[in-house]
Amino acid sequence: MSTRLGTGGRLIDRATSVGFEFNGRKLKGFKGDTLASALLGADQMLVGRSFKYHRPRGIVAAGPEEPNALMNLGRDGHFEPNARATTTEVFDGLTATSQNHWPSLEMDVGVVNNYAARFMPAGFYYKTFIHPRAAWKHLFEPFIRKAAGLGKAPKGRDADTYEHLYVFADVLIVGGGVAGLQAALAAGRSGKKVLLLEQTAHWGGRAPVDGAVIDGMDADAWINNTVQTLENMENVTLRTRCMGAGVYDHGYALGYERLGDHLAPTTLPRHRLWRIRAKQIITATGALERPLSFAGNDIPGVMLAASLRDYVVNYGVSAGDRTVVVTNNDDAYRTALALKKAGLEVPVILDARPEGGGALMEDCRALGIRVETGKGISSVKGGKRVESVSICAQAGEGAVLEEITCDAVAMSGGWSPVVHLWSHCGGKLIWDAAQAHFRPDHDRPPLGADGAGFVSVVGAANGQMSTGDCLSDAHQRAQAVIKTIGGKASREVAAKAADEPMAPMAAVWKMPQGAVYKLRSKTWLDYQNDVKVSDVQLAAQEGFESVEHTKRYTTLGMATDQGKLSNINGLAILADSLNDEIPKVGTTTFRPPYHPISMGSIAGEASRELFQPVDKTPLHGWGEENGAEWEPVGHWRRAYCYKRSGESIENAVNREVKAVRESLGLLDASTLGKIIVKGPDAGRFLDMMYTNMMSNLKPGKCRYGLMCSENGFLSDDGVVARLDDDTWLCHTTTGGASRIHAHLEEWLQTEWWDWKVYTANVTEQYAQIAVVGPNARKVLEKLGGMDVSKEALGFMEWKEGQIGGFDARAFRISFSGELSYEIAVPASQGRAFWDALWEAGHEFNVTAYGTECLHILRAEKGFIMIGDETDGTVIPQDLGLHWALSKKKDDYLGKRAQQRDHMTDPNRWKLVGLETVDGSVIPDGAYAVAEGENENGQRETQGRVTSTYYSANLERGIAMGLVLNGPDRMGEVISFPKLDGSDVKVKIVDPVFYDREGEKQNV
Amino acid sequence: MSNAVSALQGEAYAGFATITEQGLRGMITLRGDLASAPLKKAVKALTGLGVPSTRGCVLSDSHGVAWMSPDELLILCPYAKAEAGVAELSKALAGQHFLAANMSDARAVFAISGEGARDVIAKLAPVDMALDAFTAGEIRRTRLAQAPAAFWLRDAETIEVMCFRSQAEYVFELLKRAAQPGTETGLF
Repeated sequence: MSTRLGTGGRLIDRATSVGFEFNGRKLKGFKGDTLASALLGADQMLVGRSFKYHRPRGIVAAGPEEPNALMNLGRDGHFEPNARATTTEVFDGLTATSQNHWPSLEMDVGVVNNYAARFMPAGFYYKTFIHPRAAWKHLFEPFIRKAAGLGKAPKGRDADTYEHLYVFADVLIVGGGVAGLQAALAAGRSGKKVLLLEQTAHWGGRAPVDGAVIDGMDADAWINNTVQTLENMENVTLRTRCMGAGVYDHGYALGYERLGDHLAPTTLPRHRLWRIRAKQIITATGALERPLSFAGNDIPGVMLAASLRDYVVNYGVSAGDRTVVVTNNDDAYRTALALKKAGLEVPVILDARPEGGGALMEDCRALGIRVETGKGISSVKGGKRVESVSICAQAGEGAVLEEITCDAVAMSGGWSPVVHLWSHCGGKLIWDAAQAHFRPDHDRPPLGADGAGFVSVVGAANGQMSTGDCLSDAHQRAQAVIKTIGGKASREVAAKAADEPMAPMAAVWKMPQGAVYKLRSKTWLDYQNDVKVSDVQLAAQEGFESVEHTKRYTTLGMATDQGKLSNINGLAILADSLNDEIPKVGTTTFRPPYHPISMGSIAGEASRELFQPVDKTPLHGWGEENGAEWEPVGHWRRAYCYKRSGESIENAVNREVKAVRESLGLLDASTLGKIIVKGPDAGRFLDMMYTNMMSNLKPGKCRYGLMCSENGFLSDDGVVARLDDDTWLCHTTTGGASRIHAHLEEWLQTEWWDWKVYTANVTEQYAQIAVVGPNARKVLEKLGGMDVSKEALGFMEWKEGQIGGFDARAFRISFSGELSYEIAVPASQGRAFWDALWEAGHEFNVTAYGTECLHILRAEKGFIMIGDETDGTVIPQDLGLHWALSKKKDDYLGKRAQQRDHMTDPNRWKLVGLETVDGSVIPDGAYAVAEGENENGQRETQGRVTSTYYSANLERGIAMGLVLNGPDRMGEVISFPKLDGSDVKVKIVDPVFYDREGEKQNV
Repeated sequence: MSNAVSALQGEAYAGFATITEQGLRGMITLRGDLASAPLKKAVKALTGLGVPSTRGCVLSDSHGVAWMSPDELLILCPYAKAEAGVAELSKALAGQHFLAANMSDARAVFAISGEGARDVIAKLAPVDMALDAFTAGEIRRTRLAQAPAAFWLRDAETIEVMCFRSQAEYVFELLKRAAQPGTETGLF
C-alpha cells in the first residue's frame, strides 16, 4: 500500500493538516501536498479508469506529465474537469472526483472493454462504426461518448473571474530549476530586465531531490541563497505558480499564473494570463522521464522512478513497501537509494544494460541491494494494484526467470528534454543517439523579425544530464543571450557541482527486446488514450508511415497530456516497425500551451458585463427609465421601442408609428456617424467617395449621398451637409461610422496622399435628436430661439443657433416623410435638451420612438436601409437610385465596376414595393418562386423580400423586395411560400406607400 | 452650460488605486502640419505650451498638448474654453490647411491615482508600464481591453485616461475590476 512515512517531506508542513474530499470520502493531507501526494499518503493509488478499456489506473508521475490522475475539481460554478492531481495543490475544503467510470471507480462496468481489447485495435472506431452512415450520429457517437470520455463539461456559468497582465522584459526565463536560476543570475547581473517564471510553488526543480551539491552547499541552501540574491536585484522579477505556457512570434510569450488554485474559492481572479513581450527567451524547462514499455506497465503502482523518489523526498510518501526498480540508465539508482534511506525495501534493481551502471550502482550494491544487469520485466501482475513482477532477460522474448513479490515498480526509460517551448515557434531538434532523446538544435532556432533566433534552451531541456553541466550551460547561454541584446555579461562564473560519473544509458524501446504479441498487447505507450505497442505496430503494418498519420489513427499523444510520456516511445516503436531511424520518422508538432490552461484565463476580464463594450448614447439613461426594449446596433444599444407599462412590443411599435404621423415623435439619432471632411481638396475627394456630386453643394445645404465600394456595391448612405467653403459634415449609418471613417482615411493615406484633406470622426461629440411629425415645428418654436420656419430653414437645409437656450445645429432632413428636424447639441447637454423637448412636447402628445418605428416609417416611404435592401451584392442601380449616380463626374468609387456586364445585366433583380393581397405580413427573408426547378432540384426563384413590416398607418403588411424585372411588372401577383407550406400572394407595386408626392416633409 | 454633464458625473471607486471620473474636460482635435511655424505659434498662444514630439504630451495646470499622430494633436483646456479655443485656432490658422474640432463632449476622462496606478493599466493595455518605459511627458494611444483609450501621467502617481463617452461605463467597470484590492501585481 502507499502511505505517509513517519518522517521526511521537504515540501510539506506536518504541523498543518488539510482536509479534503475524494469521491465523497473525507481525507487528510498536509499543507504543501499536491492532491496526488495527499491521495498516495491516504493509500489512494487507484485514481481513474482509462479512456478506452476502462482499466484501473494509478498515479504515474509527480508533475505536468501525469497521464492518469485527472480529476473533476470543485462544485457548481467552481467545477473544473481534467485537472491533474499532480499539479493541484491541496487546500482545506478541496473536493475532487475521479473521471471516466460508471457506476464507480472501484466497480466500473466499462472494464468489459478490457476483456474485448483484442477486438478493439488501432482504428477500431473508424473501422467499425463507419456504416451505416446515419447510425454514427444517432447511435454510435452518443454511446461512444458516454463510454469513452474524460472530464465532464461544466454545466453552469463559471463563477470565477480572470485577468490579463501585459508584461515586458529583456529576457524571459521559463523554469525555475537550478538551470533557470543560474541563467537568471547571469542575465540579472547585466542589469537587463529579467523575468523568471516557475510553474510550481517552489524554486529549484529536482536538484534537491537528486541530492545535488552546488558550490559546496546542499542544493536547498544554494537555491535559497540564489533566490535571495535575485530578489535583491531590482531588474529581476520572480514569480512562482506561473507557467510559461507558450512561445509565439516576435518574442511574444504567455505566462499562466495560478493565483487562486491553491486556495478556497474567493472573489479575486483565479488565473492571470501574462501576455509577455521579451527580446529574448531562455527556456530552462527541464526534462521528463520516460516510461519503459513492458507488459502491465499501466497497473497502479507502476510509476516513473524519479517521480516515486519525489513523493518520498518531497512529501514523505511511499508508493509501496517493496519497490522493484527497472531502468536503462543510472538515474533510477537514486530512487533505490532514496527508498533505502527512507527505510523501505528494494528487492531488486533490474538494469536492462548488460554492463549495468556506474558509481550509483556501486553505491546501491554497497547498501546490499540486489542488482540484476541485462534483465528486465516480462510482465507485471496485479489488477488494481501491483502484486509482483516476473523477471526476464532483456535480450529474450520474455521467458520468466523469476517472480518477485512487490507492491510498486519504479521505472526509468531515460529522459526527454522539454523542448516544447523551443518548438512552439519553429525551433528545430536533433536526435542525440547517446541519450536517446531529441534536443534543441541551436543552429536552427525559432527566428524573430530580424531573422535572428530569439529562444535559447539551457540545462536539462538542452540535453544536459548532470547538475554541473546544467549550471555551466545555463550560465554560458544566458551570457550569450545578454550580448545579443546589447548587454554586458558579468565576469562572475557559473556555480559548480560535483557530478558522479555516469555509465552511458541504453535505448530500450521494448522490454524484453523480442517481446511476444501477448506481452506487446499489454504494453502501454499512451496511458491516457489507451494506445499500446501493438496498436502502433498495427498502424505501421496498415501503411500509416507518417508519424502525424499514426498519431491520428491510433490517437497516440492526442489526449490532454499531449503525449508528454508517450511520444518518444511511440515513435521509436513506429521507427522500428518501419525499419527506419528515429530522426527520419521525426516528431509530431509541438503546439502551445505546454500544459492545459483555463479557457477563462484566455477570456480574461471579457465575461459578463465586460464581455464586450456596450456603447451608450447620452440618452441611454432616459430609455432605461422609460421602458426601452434594447437592440444591439454595432456596439451601440438602441431602443427598438419604448414600452409603456403592460404594453407588448408589437403594440408599442404600432402606437409609436401612428403617433409620429399624427403629431410628434422624438428619436435618439445620436448613433448616426458624423465625420468632418475639411480642406482645399475636400470637395473633389467627396466627389470620388460618393456616387453623387458633393463639391457643388452650397454651404447651408444638405444632400443625401451614396457610397460604394470599388467593386460597385452599395456600402453606406447618409446626408452630407456643407458647413463652409472647405468643410463638409458627412453622416453615416450607425454601424458605418468607424468603418467609413477608416475607409476615407485609407483612400486619403494610400491613394490620394497628396490631396489636402483632413477628416475627423465627431460622432460622439453630439447628441442628435430627430423631432418628427406635423407638430415638429411647433414644439421647436415653443422652445424658442432660432427661426425654424419653412422660409428660414427649408427642406434639406441646415442652420446653427440656439434652441431653448441650447447651442444647436438643426438639419431639415427627413427619414420618415414627415416634417422633420434633426438637431445636434453637445453630447453633455443631450439629456437636458431631450428633457426640454419632452416637456414642451407634452401638449402635442410627444412620443419617443425606437428603431422599429423608424424602419416602418421609412419603409412606408420606400426609403432603403443599408443592411436590409443591401447585403454586399446590391448596387444602386438595383434599387432604382440612378438619380444619385452622377453623370457629370468622370469617376467615383464603384463607377467602373458598375459598368461591367454582370452589373448591367437587365436580369438583375430590382427593387419594388410588395403588397400582400390579403393584407398579411410577408415573412422576413421569404423568396418568390418561379416556374420550374434548377439543376439541384430546387424551385426556381424570381425575387426576395428585403424589408417587411406591419404598417399601423396603412393597416396592412407592406414590404420591399428585389424582383426579376420588377419595375416592369407593376400590378402582377407573385407567390411567396411560407414555412408552414402555404403561400402568400403578393402584388408588385411602387415602393412608396405613403405620401408619394412628398408634400408632408416639405411643409 | 449649466446643463452640461459628464458621462459618469464624477463617480469614484477606491481600490488599491483610486479611480475617479474627472467631469467635463475641454478637448480640441487639431490636425495640420505639426512642424509648421504658424501651427506651433497658434498652439502656444492658446495653451502656453509647445508642440510635443512623437508620443509626447506636455501639460500645465490648465492646459495640455498631446501628440496623437504625425498630423494630429489633442489640446486639453478648461471645458468652457474649448469652443472659443477652436475659434481662436481657426482664426490664427486661417489660410492654412488644418482642421480644428471641439471634441470635449465625445470623451470621458478618468484619473487613476495611488501607488498601484501602473498595475491597473498594465492589466488592460498592451503597454510597457515600467517606470523607465512610461514616463512623465508621454502619451499612449492604445486600448483598455476592448475599448480605444489614451493615457498620460498627471503626476508620479496619477494616470489620466481618456476614452469615448459612450464607453465610459465599460471603461469604469474595467478600471474598478483591475484595481480590486488583493490583485496588485507587484511589478512596479
